[in-house]
This record gives sequence, C-alpha cells and structure tokens, in this order.
Amino acid sequence: MAEEILRVEDLTKIYPGGVLANYNINFSVDKGEIHALVGENGAGKSTLMKMLFGIEEITSGKVFLHGQEVHFHSSKDAIAHGIGMVHQHMMLVPSLTVAENLVLGIEQKKGLFLDKKKAIEETEAISKKYNLYVEADKRVRDISIGMKQKLEILKTMYRGAKIIILDEPTAVLAPQETEELFEQLLNLKKEGYTIIFISHKLHEVKYLCDRLTVLKDGRSIGTYKVADVTPEEISRLMVGRDVKLEYDKTEQTFGERVLTVEHLNYTDKFGTKKVDDLNFSLRRGEVLGIAGIEGNGQREAMEILTGNMKAESGSILYKGENLCEKNISENRKLGIAHVPEDRNLNGSAPEMSVRDNLIAASLGRLSKNRILDPKAIEEYCGSCVRDFKVKTASLDISIKSLSGGNIQKAIVAREFTAGADVIVLNQPTRGVDVGAMEFIHKKILEMRDEKKSLILVSADLAELKALSDRIIVFHQGKIAGVLSDVPHVTEEELGLYMLGLKSDPEEILKEA
Amino acid sequence: MSFLTNLDFWFTVLRCTTPVLFATMAALIASRSGMLNLGLEGAMTIAALCGVLGSGFTGSLLVGALSGLLAGTVFTMLLAYFVQHLKANKVVSGVALNLAASGGSVFCLYSITGDKNASNSLASSAFPAFDIPVLQNIPGLGDILSGHNCLTYVAFIVTILIFIVLNKTSFGIHIRAVGESEEAARSVGINVEKVRYQAMFISGLLASCGGMYLSMGYVNRFTSGMVAGRGYIALATNAMAAGNALMGMVSSILYGFGSGISIYLQNNNVDPYLITIIPYASIIVFYVLFSFYYKVKRKTEDSL
Amino acid sequence: MNKKKRFEWYGIIRVAASILISLIIAAIIIFAVAEDPLTALNKFLLGPFSTKRNFFNVIETMIPLVFCGLAINVMHKSGLFSMVADSSFYFAGVMAATIAIACPMPNIVHQIVILAAAMAVGGVIGIIPVLIKKRTGANELVISLMMNYIFFNLGYWLIRKFFLDTSNGSFSIGFQPTASLGKMLKGTNTHFGLIIMIVVVILMWILMDKSKFGRELQITGSNENFARYAGIKIGRVVLGSQLIGGMLAGLGGGVEMIGMYKKFQWITAQTYVWDGILINLLAGTRPLMIPVSAFFISYIRIGALVMSRGGDVDSEIVSIIQGIMIMLIASERFLYRLKKNKEEKEALQNQAMEMEAEA
Repeated sequence: MAEEILRVEDLTKIYPGGVLANYNINFSVDKGEIHALVGENGAGKSTLMKMLFGIEEITSGKVFLHGQEVHFHSSKDAIAHGIGMVHQHMMLVPSLTVAENLVLGIEQKKGLFLDKKKAIEETEAISKKYNLYVEADKRVRDISIGMKQKLEILKTMYRGAKIIILDEPTAVLAPQETEELFEQLLNLKKEGYTIIFISHKLHEVKYLCDRLTVLKDGRSIGTYKVADVTPEEISRLMVGRDVKLEYDKTEQTFGERVLTVEHLNYTDKFGTKKVDDLNFSLRRGEVLGIAGIEGNGQREAMEILTGNMKAESGSILYKGENLCEKNISENRKLGIAHVPEDRNLNGSAPEMSVRDNLIAASLGRLSKNRILDPKAIEEYCGSCVRDFKVKTASLDISIKSLSGGNIQKAIVAREFTAGADVIVLNQPTRGVDVGAMEFIHKKILEMRDEKKSLILVSADLAELKALSDRIIVFHQGKIAGVLSDVPHVTEEELGLYMLGLKSDPEEILKEA
Repeated sequence: MSFLTNLDFWFTVLRCTTPVLFATMAALIASRSGMLNLGLEGAMTIAALCGVLGSGFTGSLLVGALSGLLAGTVFTMLLAYFVQHLKANKVVSGVALNLAASGGSVFCLYSITGDKNASNSLASSAFPAFDIPVLQNIPGLGDILSGHNCLTYVAFIVTILIFIVLNKTSFGIHIRAVGESEEAARSVGINVEKVRYQAMFISGLLASCGGMYLSMGYVNRFTSGMVAGRGYIALATNAMAAGNALMGMVSSILYGFGSGISIYLQNNNVDPYLITIIPYASIIVFYVLFSFYYKVKRKTEDSL
Repeated sequence: MNKKKRFEWYGIIRVAASILISLIIAAIIIFAVAEDPLTALNKFLLGPFSTKRNFFNVIETMIPLVFCGLAINVMHKSGLFSMVADSSFYFAGVMAATIAIACPMPNIVHQIVILAAAMAVGGVIGIIPVLIKKRTGANELVISLMMNYIFFNLGYWLIRKFFLDTSNGSFSIGFQPTASLGKMLKGTNTHFGLIIMIVVVILMWILMDKSKFGRELQITGSNENFARYAGIKIGRVVLGSQLIGGMLAGLGGGVEMIGMYKKFQWITAQTYVWDGILINLLAGTRPLMIPVSAFFISYIRIGALVMSRGGDVDSEIVSIIQGIMIMLIASERFLYRLKKNKEEKEALQNQAMEMEAEA
C-alpha cells in the first residue's frame, strides 16, 4: 500500500535579484520508496530540495509531511522532522576530522570541551551499523570523495533522518563506488527509509528508483512509475519540447579539415585523466555535434580549444597555428568564438548593461584609435538586437534582468557576429524557452550556410540530431563513436555510445 | 649586533609584541569565523581613549578598563552588524569605521579635555606590572620574562587559550565550521550569524585590550595616532598565522623584534623617521615571503 | 527606458539619505558639545560662503581631493582594493619639493618637469602592490597599508636629511620662485592647478567612459571570468589601472606641493586618498561626478574648520560624518526593501509573459 509521506503544493521560489528558480511545483513521495527527481542542470532540482531541507526560504506554496503542513525556518527544523540531505557539493569542514564532522552541532561535551573519544566511538558504531566504512580520526580534507559521501549519509542517519535526499550523488564517484552506493541505498530501502534521488543520469534512475518526477525550467512536468517509461521518453520530457525539431538543412559536402585535434591529453588536479589521446577534426561548413554524459572530457576539450585551459600534451591545428600555444585573446583574433556553458559565470557580466555585454568581444573592432565609436556601437547593438530578436526594454539595463532565453540570444548574437570562422557552442539552449531555442537553432544553420564551422556540445540529443552533420560521442576522454549518417541515428544508439556500451572500430574513429 | 645579547632588548621585544599580539588574536578569531575584522585599528583607538577617559574621571583603573573594553567591543559589534545584517562591503565598512574612530577620538579628546594631541590633563591609570616570583630570580630568562605589565602576560595566556578553544572545544569547532564551510555549518543547524557575532565579540574584547595596553600600560596617556597602524599590521601577522594561534604568536613576535630594533637604534642617534620604517618594512618582507611560500605550497599540492 | 530610470533613482535616493542621516547625526553632536549650537551649526553650513577667502578655500581643498578621488576610482574599478595612492601622493610631493628646491630651471619648464616627475614617481609606486600580488599572492590591501607608513616616514626623512630648515626644525627650506603654480585670483590661494585638475577630469572621463581601456577595465572588475572569456587581457588591464591611479595621485601630490606651498610642510601623512574612497562612492564611481562630490566633501571640511575656529567644536567631526556616510552607502541592504518588492514582481511578470508566449 503506497502511503504518502511527503507532499509539496504549488511551491515557488524567487531569489533576490528576481531570478525565478521554481514555479508552482507539485510533487509527492511515498514512504519506503526510492523516488527520483530528474531534470537538466538548472531545472530547479537543487532549489526545490533546499527549500524542503529548510536552507532556502519558500516564496510561496505549502509542504506537507505525514499529511500535516510544516514550515521549516532552518535545516534544524527539517532535521528535527526526520529529513536529511546529502548535498551535491560536500558540506563538510575540511580541517575537522570525520568524527568531528559527524557530530557537528550535536556534540557531546565534557564540560566545555568536545568529548572526542565519544565522538569517535559513535562514529565507529554507526559506520558499522549501516555498513558504510569511514575512518573516524582522519581529517576530512585527507579522505577520498567516496568516503566523504558515506560520511554525509551517516550524518543524516546520525541525526535520525527517515527521509534522505541525495543530490546528484554519483556525479563525483567512480563506477565501483557508485555500485557500492547503490547497494547501500537498496539496503536502506529494505530497512524502511525513504530516499529522494536527484539525478540527470537516466540509466541510474532506471536501475535504482521506483518512481520519478520530472522538472523542467523550474516547473514540475509529471510523476511516473519508472517501469512505465523508457530513458528516451524521460529524456524527452526533461529536455525536449513538444515541438518536433525538424529543419531544412541545405545540402552540403564537407571536405577540407579546418581544425584538427591531435593526441590531446589533460589530467585534472585530482589525477583523473579527463582527455585521453583525443583525436578529431572539424570540417569547413559543418555542424559537428558532440554528445556525451557530463564529465567525460567534453568540457575540458572545449576549454582547451578556446584557450582557457592548457593541455598536458597534444596539439590543435588551425589556420597553420597550434591553438594549444595560444591564449583566449589570440584564439579570438584567429577566429574562434565561444558560447560558454554557464551564461552567468562565464558568458556575461550580469550586472553590466546589455550594450556592454554585446560589445565585450568586439571592443577593438568598435573603436577608432582606442576610443569607442558610439555610432558604430549603436549600429552594432541595434543589429544584434534586431537580427537575434533579443527582447529588452533598452540597451542600458543590466543584462541579468532579461529572461534566460534573451540573455542567451544576446550572447549568441555577440559570438556569431564577432567575425569568427569557428564557433564553439556549449549547451546553448539549456534553460531557454522554446521560441528562443528555435531561433538559436535557425541562426546556427544560417552560420552553416555561410560556410562557418560550428562545434555543438549538447545534452539535448534531439537538438544534436536536428542540427549536426556529424556527431562524435565522448566517453572517458576519448571518442567512442563517430556517426556520420545523422538522420538515421537513434537516441538509443547514442545512449549506448555515451554509456560506453558500444564503440566504433579504429577505421571509423580515424575519420573523426 | 651586541643588542642581541642585551637582556633589555628582549624585554623590549616582548613589550612591543603585546599590543600586536592582542590585535593578531582579535583578527584570528574573527577570520576563523569567516569575518574580516578590518576595524581593529579603530577599535584599538577608541578603547585606548575610553580607558583613559574612564580612569581619568573616576580615578579607578577598573572603571577605565571596563570603559575601554566596552568601547572597543561595541565598535566591533557595530561593524559586525553592518556587515552581516546590512550586507555592507567588509573592507569599505572597516575602513569607514576606522576613519570615524581616528577623527572621532581626536574630536572627543578635544571636546572633553581641550587638547587635540594628548590627554595630559587627565590623571589616568595604568595597569600594573608584575614580577613573577621564582622566575624573576633566574638569571637571563628572569630579566626577560618577569616584570612585564600584567596585560603582556594576559596576551600570551589568551593566545594559548584561543589555540585550545579552537581545537578542543565545541564552541571553537563551531567557529571553524562557520569559517571554513558556512553551508556545512548551516546544514547541521548551527546558527551562522550568531557564531560570527560571538567571534566578533571576542575579537572586540581582544582589540580593546591591545588598545588599552598602549594608553594604560607602559605609559598612561592617550595620544592621537598612537595605534600607528598596528590594527593593520595585525592583518599581515594574522595572514602569516594561517589560522593557527601559536603561529600568530610567532609572527607577532617577529613584529616585536622589528620594533625592538627600531627602539634600540633610536637610542643610538639614528633619525627617528627612518627607524619607524623598520617594523613596517620587516612585516612586509615577512608577509611577502610567507605568501610566496604558501602559494608555491598550494601549487604543488594541487598538481599532486 | 522605465527600468533604467527607476534603478538610477534608487541609487540617488540612497546617497541622499546617507548624506541626510549623517548630517543629522552631526547636528546632534554639535548640539551636545557646543556652547552656542545654533551659531556653530550656522558656521558649519554657511561658513564657506561667509568670506571670499573661505569660499576659495573650498576650491583649493577640492583640487587634491579630485585627483585622489579619480585615483581611487580607476584603481578600485579593477576589483583590487589597493590604498597605495596615499604613498604615491605623499612621495610625489617629496619629489616635487626636491626638484623645487634643488634644481633651478626656467619658469614653466620647472613646473612641467616637477609635475612630470611627480606623475612618474606616483605611477611607479602605484604598481608595486599589484606586482607583488601577482608574484606572491600577497594581499594588496595589507601591502599598500604598510607601504603608506613606509613612504611617509621615508619621504619626510629625506626632506629632513637634505633640505631641513634648521631655524624652524620641521619644514624644509624654501622652493625656487619658479616652482609655483601662481595665483588665479587676487586675495585667494587658488592656483593654476585648478586648470590642470579640470583637464585631468575631462581626460579621465574620456578614458573611463569612452575608451576601449575603460570598458575593458569595467568588465574585468564586474566579472573577471567573463572578461577572460571575451578575450580581454586582464593582467594588462589591471596593471594599467594601478599605474594610471598612481600617476593621478602623484600628479595630485605634485600640484598640491607647488600650488599651495612655498616649502615642504607635510609633517604628518596627508589623508586626501582616504577621502577619495567616499568621494568615489558619492559620485557613483563616475568620473564626471567626482568634482561634484569632491566639492561637497571640501565644503563640509572647510565648514567644519570655520566652525572650529569658534572654539568648541573640533573640525574632526568631519571624519565622523564621512564614516557614517560610507557605512550607509556601502550597505546593500540600506533601503533595500524599496528594490526587493519590485524585483519579485518583475520576475513573476516575466514568467507570466513567457508562459503566455508558449501557450
């Protein structure tokens, strides 16, 4: 018998500054189930959970626990009601030990002093009980990520949580650690705990969860039994639109390689090899789609290509130069433009005006003798706003007050008109409304018609299929597959490559 | 170089270390909780003034001490309120309060005593000096360590206390949690704002002691500008302490050493203005070297 | 257009409220301390207008304040909080006095050389903190504050060592008669440095608001990541801002030295740069508004001076006023509620608009 334990009604959250993160969300969880909350990055999953856990103030709406309405003013309240949360970004104090972190806030004292012995005892006891092994007297900054996560889970149980929320727990785990985690979660379910599992990794959701709720653009789309939906259907709900993406692409033949990546390598500061002997090239006038589960090296490869990161070894040949030896401004001068993944962190200066954001990459071009040419600027901005349909009250207002779609269109406008020959787009339509998305797609194809070469990194498989001439799939820092017959590629097939379950033989990969 | 064996010199070093040690501890406990207490200079100034005013008008050291503590602590809590609740920029508001304090202290001094430069007209009290029994009789060490103003001993004891508190008490652990990972602290139900106010309160008390030592320790009068940047020097010594109270003691003594050298040189007919440079210059040098070491250390850690 | 006007009004209201509140507090203090508060208040508010000399004192004091305000403006726009302009100002003054005393030169040439040297010295000093920060990661605020103490003592020591007027004991011997910026108006001390100041204000306005460099600096200060992604050479831009700021402060020191003095008299550190922070805030960090806010600060300084001549209210009351003003303006939440409700309403409106569009 399904017994509802938690329900959320018309929950809305507006952050200071006017950002709307959640809008009229409705969602309910049954006792003893593992319930997935899925959605793209930026869909509002974390915000929703932060409200449930009392960390963020609710703007409007109601929360019901065991049928009673509850108001959490702090995480203390949530904890007291048996809700525990394991955050995406570890909430641990690095210089304190595992035991100190476990008991933080509810320490047992000997007078004024922390009873360290007791803390260690309790840690070892609870670690044994739930079979989650942690080393009690090690400092948190010295333990592995897998152990940190176990500690986070133990923290919630130590505080009496019956409902445990896990926010993208496998994002930082290696495959074996993920397996371990799933075993432990299934054990907890057997013992009667309720788990809310936030993820955008659909194969995990399929494996682990009973039901799922889809969030998109801050709104709840629906709740489904996992057994009743396929990963493709979930993906479409998360990311796709009701609109079918079908564009008329002009026939092209591609021959000349305009940019070639050879034997590219990069190891991150944790020692993981993110880019592993990567080889591919970009042909003139094509849209090269890059698919891959987040964290498989696409981000690093693009950052190296555009000049923001330095490769460990390897080269990127473009117009007779090796891009690996150049920085961003030199790359831009050579003709590389970049629509970055995070529009607020890297793609714009949110506090500055729309005008300033538009001209930022073309300051040299729009100046005469180092003085900005106001007429040229007005002309340029005017044409950007017109040609890219950027809806804004004026050029003087801060760009952050525009809607996500319009900010993105402004960024695309800036990059598409910077006089570049190669344009890298990273998740260009994430968090963007349908109209803006279609418009950006049209513009991408226009660039293609003008014989510009584009690289499109996207989690939206439908978008990749509709726009790309070729798709390459990243898996663990390498190319797993090269798909040249895009119209006949299925999302299922792409999924197999992305999960590393299929990979192309050498001869095909050589043609990447 | 003979001064290095001169016992008076080392005594002076400890004497000069005292106010900066207080200020460094004040900076340390604030920064451990995640607050940047830039108002140390101002807090020390008005504590120095109010201690003198309090004891000057009542003839009581106790009243003076309480006035000084109250003034510096209220000042610091005001800064904490503006930064935490009104979301003022930490650096700008610290600078603003210091400006108000430096001018305001001269204003008060003039309005109350009619003298803009020093509180000579007031018979203010001073904290007593102590000879430590047994220790004072040890040759060499006794001359250096015994006979200091009681505030000097308080400063060193406080340093050890802070070290213990931050490492072994739950209050100290809460402070560290709040400073290192505000979200972690919040997620376990710790009231971050409250802990920061508590840390700033202690910071204010300590800064007040540092200020009072200047005007009620070695000398017993307030002179305008007497804090002479020690509140800012404490930022450098705190940075060098890297969160460790005992390291903070070391860096403060480094300052005391530089100060001692400049006093020694003063007695040897070197121009006073040139000498004044020594403590500040030595602090910059130590701070820069330390920052460089720390930067290199972090780089190698990252690449491992 | 509506959105822009609304938010600008918000900024102006906050500044006006800060000024009002701090003046009210000052009035309260005056009433508490003065024997004849109304006269004191009168002298404070209207003192500068009471005589020609007083009024032009305001103009004269304004000149170094403008230079320092502009210096802080450009240096802090980069995101760095360096206070080294204090060292630049003082030591440039020392350099100016040195050339004024020891290097006889024909008229006009002498002044030009002095001011050029002052600018150069100021600029070189200005970039020291940022260079140290780049190499070692040391914080520029701490470094610059220590430098200020060092350069003051070093500078004054140099003057005492080489140019001390032994009959006086504190000041230097006199400048050459050619080392002067003359008098613009009879009966006042207002010198031709005023013209230099006006020219500099206009140049800085063009640089900050209208040039490529100024825009790059603004973007770098606003979001360094984005500046990098857009291809802006942030290292160069930040270094440039510190160099220009140091040069401005240096020029200010040089102008003040040969404009207002006939010998070196700075026996204590000068505080114009600290006023520069408030001047910059009041001006909304816009170069053209800096003379206006500098005039205001200068006005209340002279007003306080006039009032203090009456005997019972010390001129340092100005520091208290300034401190309060800065605190209020620097507090984001001061009068924030005016803005918050509007932002929430707008966000919901945008949502509604988009949902309609999709339907």
